[in-house]
Amino acid sequence: MGLQSGEKLAMFKWSYPRNRWSLVVLRLLAFLAAAAATLVMVLNKQTKTFVVATIGTTPLKLALNAKFHHTPAFVFFVIANGLVSIHNLVMIMADLLRSKFDYKGFRFPMVAILDMLNLALLSGGANAAVFMAELGKNGNSHARWDKICDKFEAYCDRGAGALVASFIALAFMLLISFISILKLVSPSSHISNNNN
Amino acid sequence: MAKTKRIITILLRLLALGATLSATVVMVTSHDSREVLNIKFTAKYNNSPSFKFYVIAEAIASGYGLVALFLSWKSSVDRLIVIMDVPIAMLLTSSTSAALAVAEIGKKGNSHAGWLPICDQVPKFCDHVTGSLIAGFSAAIVYLVLNLYSLLVVLAPLFPVKP
Repeated sequence: MGLQSGEKLAMFKWSYPRNRWSLVVLRLLAFLAAAAATLVMVLNKQTKTFVVATIGTTPLKLALNAKFHHTPAFVFFVIANGLVSIHNLVMIMADLLRSKFDYKGFRFPMVAILDMLNLALLSGGANAAVFMAELGKNGNSHARWDKICDKFEAYCDRGAGALVASFIALAFMLLISFISILKLVSPSSHISNNNN
Repeated sequence: MAKTKRIITILLRLLALGATLSATVVMVTSHDSREVLNIKFTAKYNNSPSFKFYVIAEAIASGYGLVALFLSWKSSVDRLIVIMDVPIAMLLTSSTSAALAVAEIGKKGNSHAGWLPICDQVPKFCDHVTGSLIAGFSAAIVYLVLNLYSLLVVLAPLFPVKP
């Protein structure tokens, strides 16, 4: 059992980045991507006036607007991305202030566990928003749901941009989670305070 | 200690396998149709790409669960199974949330987009989908618990000495 674990660790050793700053840079990128996704989706709004009927010669106009909070999936998307950006920000600060924290007892695997939980949350939020956007773009003929992207193009474009940013953040979170778990497993001196 | 670890892991995997299998089967067998005036209103899981993704993801997770249940007896691939659990858990959470988003629209509609709810017309379909989503959600939670358990218990002996 000991030999097997040693062999597995040798397999992991070459892929673990030795630099202390690589994880902080990855977290910064993930934070930027998730924060961008949140902001773009929150400020996503479009108003359009439609001519509904014509009475005599004056057309009746109706102003319809599309906001992110009309759809619960997008609300979940915003909340998930917001929580992920806060998590990454807190982890960056914890990394930079490492001399003040001591990783004792339960605090030690907490980083990897929180990373995994946030990864699951982000993937849930991003996927729900993607399928909602697909429904808005293509409609659903079986349920008699019209597509809305031909009327609100700017809203759809901005939403697509937010989704792309969120998936980029998801890719970074995957890497970060992988590295955090590797950090727990491989015996290295990076966790000690002497390296600061 | 090792025996209780093994028993708990096997129990969790069995639970997850049951949940994913039932989610797949219940979603695939969900269909309902209704004639209103001359229009035939049929609802099948095929009609929505989100439900199709859900069925495919749960099927993959069931197959993986079956394989993992038998392979976890061999200690050589034990670590690999623990590592492969993480993307499968992610797949389950994403498919469940995607199916939930569309099912919520089907149940409540979206007044801003002019989408009417369909659950009054096809109640049997809605009930089936609800049951399948409950099973899928619990499968995602069980996989999450399994991941955390594996992280803290299976990988814990490898943790270096805490400073």
